[in-house]
Amino acid sequence: MNLAEGVQIVSFGILAFMMLASAIGVVLLNNIVYSAFLLGVVFVSISGLYILLNAAFVAAAQILIYVGAVNVLILFGIMLVNKRRDFARIPNAWLNQGVTALVCGGLFALLSSMIIATPWSISTAPIAGDAALVEIGKHFFTDFLLPFELASVLLLMALIGAIVIARREFFPEEGEDLSAESNLTLPERPRELTGGRR
Amino acid sequence: MDSGIDLQQSFISLLEGLGLSHSLAKVVWLPLPMVLIVGAVTVLALVSTWLERKVSAAAQQRIGPEFMGPQGLLVPAADVLKLLTKEDVFPAKTDPWLFALAPLLVFIPVFLSFLIVPFGQNLVITDLGIGIFLWISLSSIAPIGLLMAGYASNNKYSLLGGLRAAAQSISYEIPLALSVLAVVMMSNSLSTIDIVNQQSGYGILSWNMWRQPVGFLIFWIAALAECERMPFDLPEAEEELVAGYQTEYGAVKFMLFYAGSYANLVLSALLFAVLYMGGWESPIPVSWLASLLGVSENAGWFQAIAASLGIVMTLFKAYLLLFLAILLRWTVPRVRIDQLLDLGWKFLLPISLVNLLATAGLKLAFPLAFGG
Repeated sequence: MNLAEGVQIVSFGILAFMMLASAIGVVLLNNIVYSAFLLGVVFVSISGLYILLNAAFVAAAQILIYVGAVNVLILFGIMLVNKRRDFARIPNAWLNQGVTALVCGGLFALLSSMIIATPWSISTAPIAGDAALVEIGKHFFTDFLLPFELASVLLLMALIGAIVIARREFFPEEGEDLSAESNLTLPERPRELTGGRR
Repeated sequence: MDSGIDLQQSFISLLEGLGLSHSLAKVVWLPLPMVLIVGAVTVLALVSTWLERKVSAAAQQRIGPEFMGPQGLLVPAADVLKLLTKEDVFPAKTDPWLFALAPLLVFIPVFLSFLIVPFGQNLVITDLGIGIFLWISLSSIAPIGLLMAGYASNNKYSLLGGLRAAAQSISYEIPLALSVLAVVMMSNSLSTIDIVNQQSGYGILSWNMWRQPVGFLIFWIAALAECERMPFDLPEAEEELVAGYQTEYGAVKFMLFYAGSYANLVLSALLFAVLYMGGWESPIPVSWLASLLGVSENAGWFQAIAASLGIVMTLFKAYLLLFLAILLRWTVPRVRIDQLLDLGWKFLLPISLVNLLATAGLKLAFPLAFGG
């Protein structure tokens, strides 16, 4: 074992531990802000694993998209919608949690047995390394063109949906009684899309 | 293009000459560029804080720091010493873990990004294939640190500042990335070395600033916004938010924010020089000068001079831009948050998309001039 291999094994160990520990933290911590920050740690460790697999571009894209966009937006959402409210204790909450744990454990066992049982066809092509970027680009515009375009249409739909939702601009008048509203609705109402005041 | 001086090779062969094995020599080499670059970046950031003091003083017809060292050059050192020896305070009801972690999250990605800044053909820590993309993705980590700082401080001003910083940072990242993408398209590579090499040949005439005038402006505006410099320093707008997410910070943790912001400014200026102003290339090509003087380009002493000229050129361009940024800070008033977001989303984003499209079209039409 030379130096490079040793470094790889040690960093794999550290990254895997970091990822698993923070993923467990995301699920088990009560404070949602901690969970969101730990989710960022999970994404960063996954990107580290990509680097170990010689996939530098995927690693950088992982950080840009998941840490820089998804995780920031989650945090943003949490911090903007900061409704301080004590929720009533649900009786027999442990039952819910037990069932959830059971389902998750079952899913985990199922997926891992599938991964172990499937005879994966491992590629024998040499590792692309830095040229991987060119390969990815070629695949996007030849045999993976349809999924690529479908993903972009999906993103466009999300974009338009976000704009439509964000056009709610009505705020309740003074004295208007909103106490009857449930906890799950916002005080804003959608505005008519064309003409007129409010 | 000749490979020029390869410090790594010569250092390793020197150590091998002393009787070390090849791999051991490499291990000895490994930390050297990193330590060098961390030291150099710290010095560059400190110099820019001094420059900020002096230029702002000149802009306001004051003298500025004068008595601490010649021309007040020791002020940054005194600053560091003061911040290092101050008491490290956690204000009441802060979240200690997040409060301590946030400055690091802002600071580390900036220093990591210096991996890809080239000062010469071989004077770069790593010539990564993903090059400039590494910087874009690493700079997207900073908003998390800012949000963390804002949240952990348990202070409304801090939280507002953190939210503003994150909103600003993610909005301006998109025009920034799109204008970088136009340059990348012309260079056919993400590597910073290739981007500079593509601009060599005709000296100042072949720099990207002439071929990408729109991208040039967009990049500078977006980079200033990413660094939270004056026209866009809303996250710490002192009249409104005290100091934004930094309000509760002091001592070493504040120093990390402070150093991070100046290092980020230096980094943006360096990358601006690399992307649009030919990096280490001189305005008059060195090879042309060499042939005029009748000197062989491969002579050792000539290469040493060319390499140091490259470093000087890169730093000169970067500090010219820094000077411009500081002048802007003292001449331009701050924009409002809605104006800032309007500018980012409704103006810069469409313009940078059009710029990208136009670059693609020109590349197809004139492959010679726009890198076929």
